[in-house]
Amino acid sequence: MRIKETFDALRGKKEGVLIAYICAGDPTAEKTVEIVDALVKGGVDMIELGLPFSDPVADGATIQAAIDRALTSGMNPDKFFRHAGSMDVNVPLIVMTYYNLIFRRGIKRFVSDCKSAGISGIIVPDLPVEESEELHQCCRDAGVDLIFIVAPTTTEERMNMILDKASGFLYIVSRLGVTGVREDVADSTERLLKRIKAPIPKAVGFGISKPEHVREILKAGADGVIVGSAFVNIIAKNEPGMLKSLESLAATLKSATLNR
Amino acid sequence: MKKFGRYGGQFAPEVLMPALEELAGAYEQHKNDAKFVAELRHYLEDFGGRPTPLYHAKRLSKHLNKKVYLKREDLVHGGAHKLNNTIGQALLAKYMGKERIIAETGAGQHGTATAMAGAVLGLKTVVYMGTKDMERQKMNVFRMKLLGAEVIPVSSGSQTLKDAINEALRDWVANVGDTYYLIGSIVGPHPYPTIVRDFQTVIGQETREQILGKEGRLPDSIVACAGGGSNAMGIFYPFLNDDVDLFAVEAGGEGLKKTEKVAYHSASLCAGEEGVLHGARTKILQNEYGQILESHSIAPGLDYSGVGPELARLVDTGRVKARNISDEDALDAFHVLSRLEGIVPALESAHAIAYTQKDDVGDLVVINLSGRGDKDVETVAGLK
Repeated sequence: MRIKETFDALRGKKEGVLIAYICAGDPTAEKTVEIVDALVKGGVDMIELGLPFSDPVADGATIQAAIDRALTSGMNPDKFFRHAGSMDVNVPLIVMTYYNLIFRRGIKRFVSDCKSAGISGIIVPDLPVEESEELHQCCRDAGVDLIFIVAPTTTEERMNMILDKASGFLYIVSRLGVTGVREDVADSTERLLKRIKAPIPKAVGFGISKPEHVREILKAGADGVIVGSAFVNIIAKNEPGMLKSLESLAATLKSATLNR
Repeated sequence: MKKFGRYGGQFAPEVLMPALEELAGAYEQHKNDAKFVAELRHYLEDFGGRPTPLYHAKRLSKHLNKKVYLKREDLVHGGAHKLNNTIGQALLAKYMGKERIIAETGAGQHGTATAMAGAVLGLKTVVYMGTKDMERQKMNVFRMKLLGAEVIPVSSGSQTLKDAINEALRDWVANVGDTYYLIGSIVGPHPYPTIVRDFQTVIGQETREQILGKEGRLPDSIVACAGGGSNAMGIFYPFLNDDVDLFAVEAGGEGLKKTEKVAYHSASLCAGEEGVLHGARTKILQNEYGQILESHSIAPGLDYSGVGPELARLVDTGRVKARNISDEDALDAFHVLSRLEGIVPALESAHAIAYTQKDDVGDLVVINLSGRGDKDVETVAGLK
């Protein structure tokens, strides 16, 4: 339940929640630990760790390339849980992965591995609410949040089904398309945010890379923002000073979440 | 039906879920609509060349010492059974008011058939194809472009069919409003496995009528190759409740071996394990962690790491028997049919021909000759 607490605490301080996505194992498992430290130092409030899957249909080119690098570096679920478990961070960790890796490991085992590794939430971009019953039950029993995605195309009927099962926060897809950096953030985000009356925290992802985006999204009514590709682009270059650059981007974005 | 036993389902990104619902609804609405049915029939017959013959292959029969009929899907316009499905779905897209169709293609047969359907129905057509497949199937790439389709190379992953599906899905996610995703096999999230099977069932319906007319009885068995499985399901479906053995012949490639990353075959029914790929729970080639293996086959149309959920279910229940044939044996059969019958089969279909020499198929056999082999001539010539 650490995720909701983080949202609550920051709301109390009139801050938006900054969530960073990176892919575990990109460029290496060891480096991922350092990257997480740098992001937290920069002010990131929550880390979404990608557990790489060979066929990531919901991700765009930037994230797919990160996933390829991670798989090449030898990242796998065993290693993932080992490294996540060894991370000494004071922010909630969330795993984002595709359903086959969960299914293959065994749903119960995957959730209990999350629990043991100190992972607070699970996001599965290819698991719609209709297929989520088993994972949802395991998560509920273990006290791990199952985070659902809603999109501008989500109908009222589906929204209600999702709200019924969602915990932690709602992952709002800011516009149609796969993950990736974009220049602007669509109005559809604001419309979508207005549709959701439930008290669950709402974080917006897909296409957010600049402080202006962050301010705009929070102003539109979101409780948090998810930034992936902008961080991953820095990691992709893997240059000396990478950790500093990540920390500084995190700090720039974080400052845009203050004084709401 | 959303599921076939425990297989199938809808494991798709949230963005696509309403589109899948819309598709399922539209299909239910139109599939029995007299106007739709008549228009589909018109295109299948006058444009596609249906019905296709059921040909008694006398010299092959003598060679194999059993009576063998070939269901001549190689004679469908475009050279394969693929058009049955693409005309059906493109027409559905049109009835749904979509202006743009997208497709993935492995061998280029589905892409070509989609480009043909797109052209004749006046729909903008975009085809995703792995760069490795583009290299192997240059003629089909050129054909698709001639037909007015845009061919987008996919250089991610293994650069074959599964990666082309990934890219097509991404396109659909981004353009779901005006775009129809025209999937080429009985794979993907519900309702695709059902829609594609229904459009391919014309193969089995004709076969049933034809064999009864020629032989006065049903065959002992039907043999079809299976990658995703659409030609197999299409010919099997009308025989599911009959006393006819159904053989799905997969690509055994270089043997049923695998490493952490690669399978040397494409035999998901014979050697795959349960998992979730491209929107459906089915049998897939995967490693211990659930990463999808790159598959292999000499026949690009069989080179896929998954298989249709309905076929997976029918293999589990024992109704369909899963078998596999090596690259080498398929190649032999490719030559045998060419020389004995004057028909160059697709390398995919050559797997079914190769299996027919086994004893368990009985004395009266129908082979689904799913496509012609012009597209493979260069590959085969290159091996010599």
